[in-house]
Amino acid sequence: MEHIYDTIIIGGGPAGLSAGLYASRSRMDTLIIERAEFGGQVATTNEIDNYPGSIENCTGASLSKRMKEQAEEFGTKFASEEVLEVELEGDIKVIKCKDKTYKTKTIIIASGASPRLGGFKNETELRGKGVSYCATCDADFFEDLDIAVIGGGDSAISEAIYLAKFGKTVTVIHRRGELRAVKSLQEKAFKNPKIKFIWNAVVEEAKGLEMLESLVLKNVKTGELSQLKADGCFVFVGYLPISELYNDKITMNKRGDVITDENMRTNIPGVYAAGDIRVKLLRQVITASADGAIAATDAEHYIENKA
Amino acid sequence: MLELTKDNFEEEVLKSEKPVFVDFWGEKCKACLRLMPGVNELSKKYSDKIKFASLNISMSRRTAIGQGVLGLPTMVIYSGAEKAATITPDKISSLEDIENFIKRYYNTL
Repeated sequence: MEHIYDTIIIGGGPAGLSAGLYASRSRMDTLIIERAEFGGQVATTNEIDNYPGSIENCTGASLSKRMKEQAEEFGTKFASEEVLEVELEGDIKVIKCKDKTYKTKTIIIASGASPRLGGFKNETELRGKGVSYCATCDADFFEDLDIAVIGGGDSAISEAIYLAKFGKTVTVIHRRGELRAVKSLQEKAFKNPKIKFIWNAVVEEAKGLEMLESLVLKNVKTGELSQLKADGCFVFVGYLPISELYNDKITMNKRGDVITDENMRTNIPGVYAAGDIRVKLLRQVITASADGAIAATDAEHYIENKA
Repeated sequence: MLELTKDNFEEEVLKSEKPVFVDFWGEKCKACLRLMPGVNELSKKYSDKIKFASLNISMSRRTAIGQGVLGLPTMVIYSGAEKAATITPDKISSLEDIENFIKRYYNTL
């Protein structure tokens, strides 16, 4: 007899791990498939100070580790693979990875989001040579060097504060005249003597032969160009949903965010979406975790009602 | 896999007769740590024509920067003291990406 799971969760970030915990706690036969780091975006976030109930000085790494442990304790199984194809219609859904194919009664899509590009010239050419999207991964390289941070939201400002521990200078480049980040983060950044700000500016080009040497900035109000010496450039300008796999299969908006009802149901019965991949106001660990728990609970009812 | 440092990099990589695959990694780089066991396995598979080594940038940062590596994970295949092939972080999601990178070069040898 072929193994048919009760639920397979695609993506092992907070949404997926929370869904796993709730599903397996309800004694559902549960599998989480994750192609990279368990914890998702949280795994590479340095500090988490706004997850309610988290311990003092909570790090992304410790929070993801604990979330995975909890799901495991209740019986969730894990697979470190990449999903290549999905068949969402029908009573039994099919998920194809490179070497294995899985069958399941329900699917919870928790694939999350990936960093948006800054959109400047030579951005991809200098990736790994000065241009980065992960402060925890690459901060070490820029000790005592000049670091630029593009963005004005929570990620940009909290990572700028982290990078200030390493760099000689940290210059935040934002296309508006004021930050979008939460006030407490703004205050911390303004107080930090190493952090400078360039307002109403975007990066037009990254310059450097083998490695990043400088950035060409454009003032969005005057059109004036200027140069900024930079050894590192960290881009934090938002995230886009990782939903290409489901194009033309489930309802999404123009950006690719998946549309669900309040119970995380997509337009296909037995198929759910949870976390950053969904249309939502707030993309945080807390909302992702809530989505996961709701999706798992509705999936359980769905299975019971079909039996 | 051979562990490189700033002291042996020149000897083991730049002066090597065989092409050398260098895995640049760091203690805080989760993706690097996740891929490491797999890279170890690949090193056994392709070691007849390629020498495999790793550089922990947490200990030897300037060496990495000197090689133009400022982001992790990065893998470079050196041949005759020059970089014959490089794969940068944006191109590395899975072990398969790394194996394909190695194979493309290996097949030319």
